[in-house]
Amino acid sequence: MSQKNTTAEQWDSVIESRHSLFDINLKEIWHYRDLLVLFVRRDFVTVYKQTILGPLWFFIQPLLTTITFTIIFGNVAQLSTDGAPKIIFYMAGITLWNYFSTCLTTVSGVFNANASIFGKVYFPRLIMPLTIVISNLMKFAVQFLLFVSFVGYFTFQNEIQPNSWILLTPFIIILMALISMGIGLILSSMTTKYKDLNQLIGFGVQLFMYATPVIYPSSSVPQNYQWVVELNPLVGLFDYMRYAYLGVGEFTISDLVYPSIFSIVILAVGVLVFNKTQKTFMDTV
Amino acid sequence: MSKVVIKAEHISKQYRLGLVGTGTVKDDMKRWWYNLRGKEDPFLKIGEANDRSSKGESDYVWSLRDINFEINQGDSVGIIGRNGAGKSTLLKILSQVTQPTTGKIYTKGRIASLLEVGTGFHPEMTGRENIYLNGAILGMRKHEITRKLDEIIAFSGVERYIDTPVKRYSSGMYVRLAFAVAAHLESEILIVDEVLAVGDAEFQKKCLGKMNAVSKGEGRTVLFVSHNMAAVKSLCNSGIVLKNGGILYQGSADIAVANYLAGESDSLNHKKFGNDFDFETLKINEISINPKGLTSDEILDEYHELEFQTDINIKTQPERLHLTYVLKDSNGEALFTFSTSGVTPLRKGNNHLVCSFPKGFLNIGNYYLDLYIIEDAKRAVFHEPDIMAFTIQEGPRPLGGWMGKEPGFIKPVFEWVNL
Repeated sequence: MSQKNTTAEQWDSVIESRHSLFDINLKEIWHYRDLLVLFVRRDFVTVYKQTILGPLWFFIQPLLTTITFTIIFGNVAQLSTDGAPKIIFYMAGITLWNYFSTCLTTVSGVFNANASIFGKVYFPRLIMPLTIVISNLMKFAVQFLLFVSFVGYFTFQNEIQPNSWILLTPFIIILMALISMGIGLILSSMTTKYKDLNQLIGFGVQLFMYATPVIYPSSSVPQNYQWVVELNPLVGLFDYMRYAYLGVGEFTISDLVYPSIFSIVILAVGVLVFNKTQKTFMDTV
Repeated sequence: MSKVVIKAEHISKQYRLGLVGTGTVKDDMKRWWYNLRGKEDPFLKIGEANDRSSKGESDYVWSLRDINFEINQGDSVGIIGRNGAGKSTLLKILSQVTQPTTGKIYTKGRIASLLEVGTGFHPEMTGRENIYLNGAILGMRKHEITRKLDEIIAFSGVERYIDTPVKRYSSGMYVRLAFAVAAHLESEILIVDEVLAVGDAEFQKKCLGKMNAVSKGEGRTVLFVSHNMAAVKSLCNSGIVLKNGGILYQGSADIAVANYLAGESDSLNHKKFGNDFDFETLKINEISINPKGLTSDEILDEYHELEFQTDINIKTQPERLHLTYVLKDSNGEALFTFSTSGVTPLRKGNNHLVCSFPKGFLNIGNYYLDLYIIEDAKRAVFHEPDIMAFTIQEGPRPLGGWMGKEPGFIKPVFEWVNL
């Protein structure tokens, strides 16, 4: 009787070994949206609990890095800043880069960091990387405010000229989020099995910073290395920041075409790979 | 007719043993190459049944192999088996923490799993905040939690600490809060793994009562994994016994428990010694323990009268000898001795000695026996420590009552008079 029913009856869900590669349950993620909000809140609230300076730490880190970079790269190495004041030039790069690198490294370690909770209970795993990207976005927003107030100061001093391109900022941030999440997702799936990658990612990201115009303007890259600039999807985003807020360097809207396409492709690949990994990662982590 | 809510078909799960490291890349490549040509995974053909204690040939083992079962709505099913029998793997697959290597499970309704209470609790956050977070992890919407918040807090019994970070909680309070959240989930199927290991008597009672209400009262389905046979017997109406990754028995809870315990003790309650203890003066043939009126294959539970049977052949001077047992607890501490001295004389030739313990005399637990043969009431001519080990199991207990062990090693039934 029940044998016959199996095909006829309506089952709510089927747990099985083979899934199509594109089987991503967006409805389920939507159902868990409250969890996403609570996780983001948790991340934001608990980081600086029982610290004396509390949320001030959000500012201290980029400030100190900016000062260090200004001294080392600006005063000692005397790298070009395209004529912009050194402090604001480095701050623009650091604020954006910090968001990218934190997202990338945290997302890539998402399986290992959450193995204990993933091993106990099921919820759509994609919630976790989304949480990371969004809670870092909050942190970024705070640091971006700091940056904007510096921009205000230097504009008032008439040292830089921001222009209306700044209205495009949200789009740039989204691109940044998508690219870091996409790369992070791909790496996260690989690190569950091959822990060697954890070692690689740490300094890999550091090296990648030097291949990206964070501490130098892309115009100062020598001709025979220009291909690096052309391949790196982040270049357009950093050029945008300096052009829109500091009024230095070169930027046209077409510079955003490659990063846009790249971000969508890398995110799609990342989500697919992540989705495939999440089903069995507990056995290999 | 009851409705089937979980139907498992040919569920298997393969694990790779040992270090995941060198060799994995090679195996992955091979797997990928087979997959590319549309062939079956070459590693699915190898592997062996999962027996924890014996060393196997291959690096791949089947933690579960070809499991089939159906569970009806409103059933409370006890899943029992030894460590490594595949219980946790099965629960992990059911709760979608990992997926099966082969096979399918069809489910109807929301599944909530309580594999470990308090998953996702953040020590820095207050009890209230953690209720929300934990509830959301278990799949509740925020408004559902808000609606049940008062009920959850009341059930947990930690009202006073609800706005204190949970890192200041005692471990008992922590568990209470966590179980309270999970118990108020609105899921059709609830998976519970060993909640009884924690909490005090009052809370255990509350948990079992709640789980019983969930399955019998609300018609929800409960899957319950436990090593506490008393709890399984009273709470569950059916049981699944797993052994080495396969189903040993599926059916009523009582028979499942008996099946499990019988397989567990491997008839340890009966020992034949052959020529092991054959001396000039005496030969010990057999020792067995059985519940009165039953054979030594039966489990020994806390309610039965126990019979200790000793089969011994005395070759010389039986009048100078007597036999003494020392009963020890699982720590090896002697509890008491019992002896034939002054009670019953030994004969030349075969003696079949039976010593009866009154009903309910021994409390549940593991015990060991040392055997002494004493000559002239002063000298041991034979001494064998731990000649026998046995376990007294929980018998069925009233639901809602205490399922654990009472203090002490004996709980004799004395005569009481109400004057």
